[in-house]
Amino acid sequence: MILDTLGARTLCGFTRALTGARILWLGCAPDATQRVYFGNHGSHGDFALIWACLPLELRNRTRPVAGADYWCSGVLRKYVAEHLINAVLIDRNPATRTLDPIRQMAGAIEGGDSLIVFPEGTRNTTDAMLLPFKSGIYHLAHACPDVEFVPVWIENSRRVMPKGKLLPVPLLCTLSVGAPIKLRADEDKDAFIERTRRALLDLMPAES
Amino acid sequence: MTMRQQTMALFAGIGAVLVIASLVGYALKTFVAKGQPHAVIDNLNARIKAWWVMVLVISGAFLFGKDGVIVLFLFISFVALREFMTLTYTRSGDHNALAASFFIVLPAQYFFIYIEWYGLYSIFIPVYAFLILPILEVTAGDTTRFLERAAKLQWGLMVCVFCISHVPALLTLAIPGYQGRDILLIVFLVLVVQSSDVLQYVWGKLFGKHRIAPDVSPSKTLEGLVGGVLSATALGAALWWITPFTVWQAALMAFAINVMGFLGGLVMSAIKRDRGVKDWGHMIEGHGGMLDRLDSVVFAAPVFFHATRYWWT
Repeated sequence: MILDTLGARTLCGFTRALTGARILWLGCAPDATQRVYFGNHGSHGDFALIWACLPLELRNRTRPVAGADYWCSGVLRKYVAEHLINAVLIDRNPATRTLDPIRQMAGAIEGGDSLIVFPEGTRNTTDAMLLPFKSGIYHLAHACPDVEFVPVWIENSRRVMPKGKLLPVPLLCTLSVGAPIKLRADEDKDAFIERTRRALLDLMPAES
Repeated sequence: MTMRQQTMALFAGIGAVLVIASLVGYALKTFVAKGQPHAVIDNLNARIKAWWVMVLVISGAFLFGKDGVIVLFLFISFVALREFMTLTYTRSGDHNALAASFFIVLPAQYFFIYIEWYGLYSIFIPVYAFLILPILEVTAGDTTRFLERAAKLQWGLMVCVFCISHVPALLTLAIPGYQGRDILLIVFLVLVVQSSDVLQYVWGKLFGKHRIAPDVSPSKTLEGLVGGVLSATALGAALWWITPFTVWQAALMAFAINVMGFLGGLVMSAIKRDRGVKDWGHMIEGHGGMLDRLDSVVFAAPVFFHATRYWWT
């Protein structure tokens, strides 16, 4: 237990030292409201990055949602996912899974935790700024209509550790946190997905 | 005076200047801003506070002698290169070259300075990194904006590693009659160039009228430049006793590094402007990033190093 806490602190410290990460709370304050932080996904480091940038008391109640296929392969990954970042591990393959991912996430929220999700479903390796969202974010909002969905744009993490690379390079990362979004009573799936995706894109810094 | 007494005297002097600056800052905040938020005064106070931290860090490193200085500048180069490459366009094909720059080229450069291998540290980045990094990049097979990416990585290494490493490289110079005191050459360089920045800022704020490079750095004025460079040159001359130079030589050296520092600041501003940012980073409150504080040292250090090496060793 002490080892896990120490490990988690080390992971956060290392992530922040390497990326000099800054978090800008543009649309809301870092308070203990139950939330689903959703971000753009360019690197495995994204989980650690958002997580490390949250204040400690929020971090302890915030669980990243991660693909079991990746994070359960290998002893070290499994240890990091289960013990350090306390991830909610979901099976991304509908054919093989026994647990319903939406149920798993909603269960964590009912347990009082906040979540970190990446609605693109996979890491973005294309030249597009943001991939289309999977429908999971809508189903989660539908299951937990009282929870705030908060967009977090992660700038640069993909350059720190692109897909397929093992060694991260030190580049500065900035996290921009936007205003909370809740599912409206009359809102359908496409409208909610479009609205959340737009909110995330709006946080992207203007760059050439 | 012994080297130890000289160093103590210097840092006592710097401490006294900072105490006065802090008192002035406090007075301005109390009597001019009346405790209310005030952009210029708050920025000034943030800068003074950051100066305290920087002076403490530098003196802490100096306590450990050559090792401390080399580790300090290794860290500075790392932070500077990170700021530089963050603002630079790269693709995933650059990953290996970037990793090699941070984890091989940077420590190797400082290692060569540590073992005082002049013949290698003076050409390692301009020759070997220059040739090998584009080779690493080309193996990724991505030709999009290739020359630009290769050139910018090389520029980042030259500015942030090669040039900055010439500050600790001053310790490798064997100046007859100056043995054991060479750490004071670093104090001379950094103190003169940094005071030039501060004095240009002060002269500019007090008397600045004519903008000298409105398109590149709108805050730089002719009055600030002349006042700052001349007063920092006078400071350099007054510090001749910590150098191997005579008063006049110290003045000329100070003048040369002040001019290089000013021009270096302009070049680094042009890069920031081209990238559409005001500061290189956010590390030092009131100053921006590491490179915002060091842009003038970057351009002054190699010139100071080679001038000293050519005429005094």
